[in-house]
Amino acid sequence: MATNAPPLAAALALDAQPAARSLWGETFRRFRRHRLATVGAAILIVMVMAMLAGPLVYRVPIDEIDFKAKLKGPSWTHPLGTDDLGQDLLARMLYGGRISLAVGIAAMLIAIVIGVAVGAASGHFGGAADHTLMRITDLFISLPQLPLLLLIVYLFRDTLKKVLGPEAGIFIMIVVVIGGLRWMPVARLVRAQFLSLREKEFVEAARSLGAPALRQVARHILPNALGPVIVAGTIDVAAAIIAESSLSFLGLGFPPDIPTWGRILFDAKDNLDFAPHWAIFPGTAIFLTVLSINYIGDGLRDALDPRKVLGH
Amino acid sequence: MLAGISLVLFTILALAPGDPFEELAANPNVPREVAQALRHQYGLDDPVAVRYVRWFGAMVHGDWGFSFVSRVNVSTLIWQRLPTSLFVLGTAQALAILIALPIGTLSAVRPYSFFDQVATTLAFIGFSLPTFFTGLLFILFFSIYLGWLPFIYRADISATGWEWWWEHIRQAIMPVAVLGLAQGAGLTRFVRSAVLEVIRLDYINTARAKGLSEKVTIVKHGVRNALIPVVTLLALQIPTIFTGAVITEQIFRVPGIGSLLISSILANDTPVIMAVTFVYSCLVVTFTLLVDMLYGWLDPRITYG
Repeated sequence: MATNAPPLAAALALDAQPAARSLWGETFRRFRRHRLATVGAAILIVMVMAMLAGPLVYRVPIDEIDFKAKLKGPSWTHPLGTDDLGQDLLARMLYGGRISLAVGIAAMLIAIVIGVAVGAASGHFGGAADHTLMRITDLFISLPQLPLLLLIVYLFRDTLKKVLGPEAGIFIMIVVVIGGLRWMPVARLVRAQFLSLREKEFVEAARSLGAPALRQVARHILPNALGPVIVAGTIDVAAAIIAESSLSFLGLGFPPDIPTWGRILFDAKDNLDFAPHWAIFPGTAIFLTVLSINYIGDGLRDALDPRKVLGH
Repeated sequence: MLAGISLVLFTILALAPGDPFEELAANPNVPREVAQALRHQYGLDDPVAVRYVRWFGAMVHGDWGFSFVSRVNVSTLIWQRLPTSLFVLGTAQALAILIALPIGTLSAVRPYSFFDQVATTLAFIGFSLPTFFTGLLFILFFSIYLGWLPFIYRADISATGWEWWWEHIRQAIMPVAVLGLAQGAGLTRFVRSAVLEVIRLDYINTARAKGLSEKVTIVKHGVRNALIPVVTLLALQIPTIFTGAVITEQIFRVPGIGSLLISSILANDTPVIMAVTFVYSCLVVTFTLLVDMLYGWLDPRITYG
């Protein structure tokens, strides 16, 4: 916008910044100043690349059983060792990582969509609708998450398996349930943003120009409310990965032939004394992923808040 | 609130496919009429609203039915295990507060100092470590490598007197530490940011200007007020605490209601599953109420009714 308003904008640009940056360029620049967030992003990118490209390069099948090589520690043939059936852990972890990440991202998207919808409706309409929606949000916040998750998995597992097949059925159920239990913080954030933004001058300007409600919301309020939502969404990915791993760790997530990281840990936990590598590698993978994502969220929080003056 | 939660639970139950009498119906030895009569007797053919009221009444009265697997009253089973759960949970929470309050406050008093950097980083790591992984690492290090602590929690310790106490403490160390550290890490972050907010305010300057010692200023004027937002966040965290508790109980085989839930799910023991989920809901509600009362004590401006 500022680019074709020559004199004033140019003078300002000369004064303030060496070069005009787009919003996202500026965010990226601020993000990079958060050192640990940058490291986290780098680690995460490496891990994602490994998961996506790894199986193309590292062509060991995930389910090749070899009893001669069972419970072996790391070696040249099996870089991360093997499990009790002699299956290669690296191959299994590369495969499982894809699922863990896919669950994380899909559950986050569900949480964000529900959260934004509820928050926006609540903040926009106000009154009785707001009251009801916030009551529901409070109710969901006070649900005991894991017990409920387990209950739902228990009750619906078999039917979904029958209808959608074992893999898709479990995946969809886990994603929906995790996402469906994690939208409340987003809803509250969005509602709070709406309440403050809809009184702002620029929204009033849009309103007085005759913008219909939908346009006010979609074009003016929502984009400005996005910052905290992005941060919450990032952290939700980490939380969803932990939730999926917890389920699988309890033996109630994915079936054994789908080696998500939590599932590998579940199988490994009874062999800790003679095959510690079996548990340590997937555990570290979960930990590193979650830590990286949380740091990225932290960095984004700083980067997306234009009022925050960055130290150093 | 409990009514709301129970409504959600019941909805899930009502939406769930299959019913408890499916096996009876499939069993050729049970005549159709008998199965029908049983269904009628248990009110499964009644309208949903009637069933909800009856179910909720039964749940509240502690009338939870029989366990399919162990053939005892579900309530007996739960009352046996609830104290252990509450003990581990309570101690862990106390540990979390003991860690979080001093560390968070010290961090906030000297922001960006070396101590703060270390504490913040550790808190971040602790907050990102899933309990099931910390639990396994603890077992690996303290039980297998060092051989100091037992990794299975037993309710039936045969020793008596001091030795009994000692065994109990020894076996509780790891579960409590795992749960407490995980909680403490998150809490430290809350405490730090809350104290950081409060410490800039004018009344802290006033307190200093009055000549109060730094310690009194920070602890009595700063921390006490900072605790108000911390308690708010703590109330929101309560459901999460139980998540960690279930996993920790499962890892260390603590005979509490969390591991009861898992084992009954693996054994398809529906009455127990429902009852445990209900007990968890009750616990969440009770603890939220307790935190709300704490709120009133911290902030005298809040009155009840």
